[in-house]
Amino acid sequence: MKTVTAKTLVLGAVGAGVLLAGCEAPPPEIVQNGYRGLQMQSVYNPKDLQASLNANVPPEPIPAAASTPGMPKAKDMYKNVQVLGELTVPEFNRIMVALTNWVAPKEGCYYCHVNEGFEYDGIYTKVVSRRMIQMTQDTNANWKDHVADTGVTCYTCHRGNPVPPYVWVTDPGPGSASGIAPTGQNIAAKSVAYASLPYDPFTPFLLGDNDVRVIGETALPQGNRSSIKQAEWTYGLMMHISQALGVNCTYCHNSRSFYSWDQSAPQRTTAWYAIRHVRELNNDYVVPLSDIIPDTRKGPLGDVYKVYCTTCHQGAYKPLYGAKMLKDYPALAQPLPEGGLEAVKAAAEAAAAEAQQAKAAVVEAPTPAPAEEQPAQEAAAPAAAAPAEINPQPEPPGVQTQPRLRYPPPSMMQYPPPPLQYPPAPAPR
Amino acid sequence: MAEYQNIFNKVQIREPGYPGVALPKGELPRLGKPVFNYWLGKIGDAQIGPIYLGFAGVASLVCGFVAIEIIGFNMAASVNWSPIEFLQNFFWLALEPPPPAYGLSFPPLGDGGWWLIAGFFLTASILLWWLRTYQRAIALGTGTHIAWAFAAAIFFYLSLGFIRPILMGSWGEAVPFGIFPHLDWTAAISIRYGNFYYNPFHALSIAFLYGSAVLFAMHGGTILATSRYGGDREIDQITDRGTAAERAMLLWRWTMGFNASMESIHRWAWWFAVLTVITAGIGILLTGTVVENWYLWGVKHGIVAPYPSELTIQDPSLLQGVSQ
Repeated sequence: MKTVTAKTLVLGAVGAGVLLAGCEAPPPEIVQNGYRGLQMQSVYNPKDLQASLNANVPPEPIPAAASTPGMPKAKDMYKNVQVLGELTVPEFNRIMVALTNWVAPKEGCYYCHVNEGFEYDGIYTKVVSRRMIQMTQDTNANWKDHVADTGVTCYTCHRGNPVPPYVWVTDPGPGSASGIAPTGQNIAAKSVAYASLPYDPFTPFLLGDNDVRVIGETALPQGNRSSIKQAEWTYGLMMHISQALGVNCTYCHNSRSFYSWDQSAPQRTTAWYAIRHVRELNNDYVVPLSDIIPDTRKGPLGDVYKVYCTTCHQGAYKPLYGAKMLKDYPALAQPLPEGGLEAVKAAAEAAAAEAQQAKAAVVEAPTPAPAEEQPAQEAAAPAAAAPAEINPQPEPPGVQTQPRLRYPPPSMMQYPPPPLQYPPAPAPR
Repeated sequence: MAEYQNIFNKVQIREPGYPGVALPKGELPRLGKPVFNYWLGKIGDAQIGPIYLGFAGVASLVCGFVAIEIIGFNMAASVNWSPIEFLQNFFWLALEPPPPAYGLSFPPLGDGGWWLIAGFFLTASILLWWLRTYQRAIALGTGTHIAWAFAAAIFFYLSLGFIRPILMGSWGEAVPFGIFPHLDWTAAISIRYGNFYYNPFHALSIAFLYGSAVLFAMHGGTILATSRYGGDREIDQITDRGTAAERAMLLWRWTMGFNASMESIHRWAWWFAVLTVITAGIGILLTGTVVENWYLWGVKHGIVAPYPSELTIQDPSLLQGVSQ
């Protein structure tokens, strides 16, 4: 009897130990980002957070170039400098060194240049780099709603690798048997945090412009025909964003009402612009390079490596935890105008002076309130209420097209009109 | 006296296996010779079998087998028949209902058609099993309470996979067959329809579900506690109230002022269990058909708690001059 009790105790202790081994040691670190009592907070494991902080540190900036206004321009000194030609020679050389350190530290200059001459465009990496520099400049100048003044540099994504460590390609899935249409979901997939949600939410939302919104914005049905399956695709994208930024749903949303903007955190606005920004990066910069990128750097379906949230964020709510790397590399902050960085600086000063003057003018004579927002909202409302055509080219069900795999399966995003006529909502009294 | 009526029995009865009364003429036979299992005897009756299947039971098992085969083979096909992938992804795999674009039409087999067929056989299997619970109750001369409680659960099952999809005009609204997928579907329907937290029938269903557990614990505890006075003879004590019933009722009257009776506690439990699934089914049937966004419905009817927002942001897609 005694041995039985002892054995039971030992077994129980081992069992409890195994169960507890799956837990994280308390206490977690909690950051509140909404009204109290709503669980609007980010929860961090201090150990993991420290590891992430250590992994997301920018390199020391290269000392500023000794450049004076009268110096020769890169475009005059070197041949075939299309994007950075307005820089002075020392500035240009400095940014080339930085680029090498960020993107090809092991391979060096000859990763993008060849012996025939540094101006030679016959190597695809050089053409791609040029386009990527333009992409960085465009991002920093025109997508401040997403990247703010922190901006991005090549290092934000590349981190010392010729190919950024986190990229995506259209996922063909495990390959289903003939005659079975792939559903694009129900596989243990890291991309959606091991949920059974659609494992490639990137193709429809970060390359295609399928509507992310599925939730009805009226109390009673008024024509929103988004299906539950479609909701799962959106849910998959949200899982990716959450994973990429190392945050939970309540970083942006109040979970009691995911759709409503008036209850969301301001971060949600940034994310809204971010989705559109990434979509533009993929469509305008990355995909057009498909022809020159070799097959070894393409996915199983022959599409190039593309950008998603993890590409820059890498587990941090702000890439590199908001380190302001761009300020040391002003050449990447905008497309360079005639006159180079000098001209940029002069323009910024002029704009600041103008703003100062405008401010003074406002103080003197207060102008009427800026355009009313109400009409704008009303104008937008009917467009939103109209049944959203989600897929611009509806495909008759059952038709197998080539290529067989399309993400998401087009039929997933369409929904037939309601079979019942719902009575209109009662007029407000 | 040996303690017999407890969960880890210290004594077990060993008598010649009892097959039950003779069956009427024309019925299918009972299957299996009675055997005794010591470990099952620890938690219940040690006698295993015989089992009576009859026509409904055999047909139900056949239909259930067909449904599970269809689901399993479709899961295997979705990973291209790879046994390793099948095992690795077992909890994630599913047989999905047709994409919504097919509406209520019959889609190609590989694009949801198999789901419809599997659903048909699973439903047939469940209904035949219901028939069996009903018929066995009649055959034993008992009431049909169990059959009707089971019917309530079947109503919920049909609401999810049959009635609501028809009301919504698409089989794609139904639940996939799969372990994690059906859980993700549950989260997705709540998100899509603006948060089930504000669905009053969802709330009722949860109240009845948790209430069922509480009632089960209260009743089980009461009967075990009074079994030394004969409380285990519950049915006797309904009409012939003894000291066990008196003590049990006094316990609850003293602790909470009100007590059920030996009979009514069973009606309490039965209705709580049955209302769990009936209210759940109503909540599902209203979703998308009558109510589009449960949160907004809650706002409209004053059940959403307001609280101050320090920073109100606006939908960027409504702002003018925004790119895209």
